[in-house]
Amino acid sequence: MDLSYGEAAETFRAEVRAFLSLHWPPPSDLRGGDLKQFVRNFRALATEQGYLHRAIPKRYGGSEQPVDVIRAQVIREEFQRARAPMEVGGNGMNMTVPTLLEKGTEEQKELFIRKTVEGDYIWGQGYSEPGSGSDLASVRTKGELSADGSKWIINGQKIWTSQGMQSTHMFMLVRTEPDAPKHDGITYLLIDLDQPGVTRRPIRQMTGEEGDHTFCEFFFDNAETPVSWQVGERGQGWYVSRTTLKHERASIGGADGLGKQFAKLVDLAKEVGRIDDPIVRDKLAQIEGSVLSHRYSSYRIFSCAAAGEDPGPVALMMKLLLTEIGHEMALLAQELIGEHGFLEPAGAGGRGNRGPRGPEKWLDQIMGSLGNSIAGGASNIQRNIIGERGLGLPRDLAMSGER
Amino acid sequence: MHFHLTEEQAAIQDAVRGTLADSWPMERVHAFADGDADFDRTSWYALMALGLGGMLAPDSGMGLLDAALVCEVAGEAAAAGPLIGQLLAVAAVAASGRGDAEALISGKTIATLIHGGSDYAPSARAADLFLIVDRAKGVRLVAAADVTIEAVKAADRTRPMSKVSIADGTGEALFAATDQMTGRLADAALVLVAADALGGAQKVTDMSVAYAKEREQFGQPIGRFQGLKHQLAHMALDVEPARALVWYAAYAWDAQLPDAPRAAAMAKAHLCDVYVRATRAAVAAHGGIGYTWEYGLNYWFRRAMADRAWLGSPAEHRARAATLAGW
Ligand SMILES: Cc1cc2nc3c(=O)[nH]c(=O)nc-3n(C[C@H](O)[C@H](O)[C@H](O)COP(=O)(O)OP(=O)(O)OC[C@H]3O[C@@H](n4cnc5c(N)ncnc54)[C@H](O)[C@@H]3O)c2cc1C
Repeated sequence: MDLSYGEAAETFRAEVRAFLSLHWPPPSDLRGGDLKQFVRNFRALATEQGYLHRAIPKRYGGSEQPVDVIRAQVIREEFQRARAPMEVGGNGMNMTVPTLLEKGTEEQKELFIRKTVEGDYIWGQGYSEPGSGSDLASVRTKGELSADGSKWIINGQKIWTSQGMQSTHMFMLVRTEPDAPKHDGITYLLIDLDQPGVTRRPIRQMTGEEGDHTFCEFFFDNAETPVSWQVGERGQGWYVSRTTLKHERASIGGADGLGKQFAKLVDLAKEVGRIDDPIVRDKLAQIEGSVLSHRYSSYRIFSCAAAGEDPGPVALMMKLLLTEIGHEMALLAQELIGEHGFLEPAGAGGRGNRGPRGPEKWLDQIMGSLGNSIAGGASNIQRNIIGERGLGLPRDLAMSGER
Repeated sequence: MHFHLTEEQAAIQDAVRGTLADSWPMERVHAFADGDADFDRTSWYALMALGLGGMLAPDSGMGLLDAALVCEVAGEAAAAGPLIGQLLAVAAVAASGRGDAEALISGKTIATLIHGGSDYAPSARAADLFLIVDRAKGVRLVAAADVTIEAVKAADRTRPMSKVSIADGTGEALFAATDQMTGRLADAALVLVAADALGGAQKVTDMSVAYAKEREQFGQPIGRFQGLKHQLAHMALDVEPARALVWYAAYAWDAQLPDAPRAAAMAKAHLCDVYVRATRAAVAAHGGIGYTWEYGLNYWFRRAMADRAWLGSPAEHRARAATLAGW
């Protein structure tokens, strides 16, 4: 076993560092639009250098590098160290682009990938509906072909769309074959959200935040999308949506985030003068046992990915583990902030509530941990997946449409 | 980066698993548990014949990770014998150059581990040597002749502890408290107990999953019921990711990373809690049969309790880890 990346990787690291020291950070006098443009240029340069968008062919705006998880990790580490921006995040990069690369037509790739990579197109995930959450395959939003067969006409409703207010486009699951079995009547469509048949309404989240973190509901009233924007075959949308999962590469990112948050929790305990309390120390170390299990398991998954081996059921567990640790941290944080818990964190609530952020800022995390237990597949569904796919327990046949 | 097992390591685990399965069918476990021996010669020599004794000898080409993988399988089997003490005694004797490492490596001489400040050691009546590892006083090797053993009825029936008393200053001092080997041996012991706990926790999870697939109630395998499915998923969620914690602690020890002592403390604390939780959940998942002596789950529960108490409780090691982190 060896956790070092080897000599070649270290040479590469030096190269990345040299690049960063030349091009990042921006000069201190940049502001507003200029800064935005600087970041855009920096990303373009880093892509040209082969550091960003490595899996994406050059003709769609990527850098077309061979798969190399070690290099990818070195880049991630060095960019994080320098606090340099990596790819624009979000559904577009994580889901739309990999799905199109695998299942999209040439036209779709040309139309969408570069614009997504450069941050011009922002994608909403149009899966959930008021009646279809965990039972995702039960979606009812209807897609019908226009008389001339050139367009899909969409009617129905989507809900809980993260970043819905900013989204320019959506990838969505619609029912096109009402008489087919549940999983075989769904088609995967891309749609422009800026058209008369689409109405969006923000839904305020329990954190009270507005803006980026608000999700939306969407109403489709004879909204249209060209048939050429259908990804995969008609009726095969469920299976297209599954391919995205394959692209969910093992990433140490989640573990890094968790580690940082845990360090902040330790700081909180110091800040409020409770770090010497043996019970607090014990609880912190207890949580850290899980944090480290999560971190080293991500190494394990990452290492297997690098060697093209199967890490086994642990890969199915990382989301739920993250959620559970988040809850544990939230509980301890809640205990530590004491009466600061009476206060709304600055920036939340959307009532012009600004000013310095004290220990009450943990309320964001505490409430956020509740969101994590729902978004991207509720915890019970994760337990089903671990039980059935991970442990091979018999499936409940009534529940085969879970997300 | 390579943070997964090699084919060779998997093969070693399989070999040990096979040997222990031959040595310890459930009838033999029952017979051993109901007898009053604290050691089983046949299974011991079968294990030693695999050449495992010398894994922690400095020139073996193996390391604590390999030893941990073996202890994990021994934990799966809840195997009898002072395996952890033997492996550490070889490391200690070979590194100090005092004593006969060869006789220990072959298993002919049997060594057991006693933790500084403790009154108990496993397989004490069979042991020729007692390796005392004490962070505060150093490491000593004491011959059985200089040890007084008092019989007790041990709760852990597959790795019974006896009460022992050893007068201060007897035997041979191998390392002073200030010698870094003292800390390293104490840390290695923690990692190996964590590995034993990992193996046991995985075993009872596997037993529960297998049972849930075959046991029927209400006309269906009980594993189809979501209440139980989720409980089993939770057991697996507790155990499987913790595996990497043991690997890391062993790796950090082998590579002599600065955080090795802390990783060892975290692994021991975390895995021993996991093991107790897993065995409790396993008994529940089995229903009445799980509560019987006959079925055998109780051996792993007892081992979980013993692992937890051995070498210091989880709370004690978490307190150390907190201090080591500078909190
Ligand atoms: C912060 C956040 C962001 C989100 N972003 C998006 C987005 O961008 N796009 C999008 O499409 N969706 C999004 N969602 C929706 C999310 O995917 C769904 O909320 C989730 O899948 C659960 O569906 P539901 O809300 O309909 O709950 P339900 O499916 O009604 O579940 C309610 C409860 O019943 C339980 N349950 C349901 N079925 C089972 C079962 N078979 N076994 C056991 N328990 C069961 C669940 O665990 C849950 O506790 C987001 C949600 C949140 C909270």
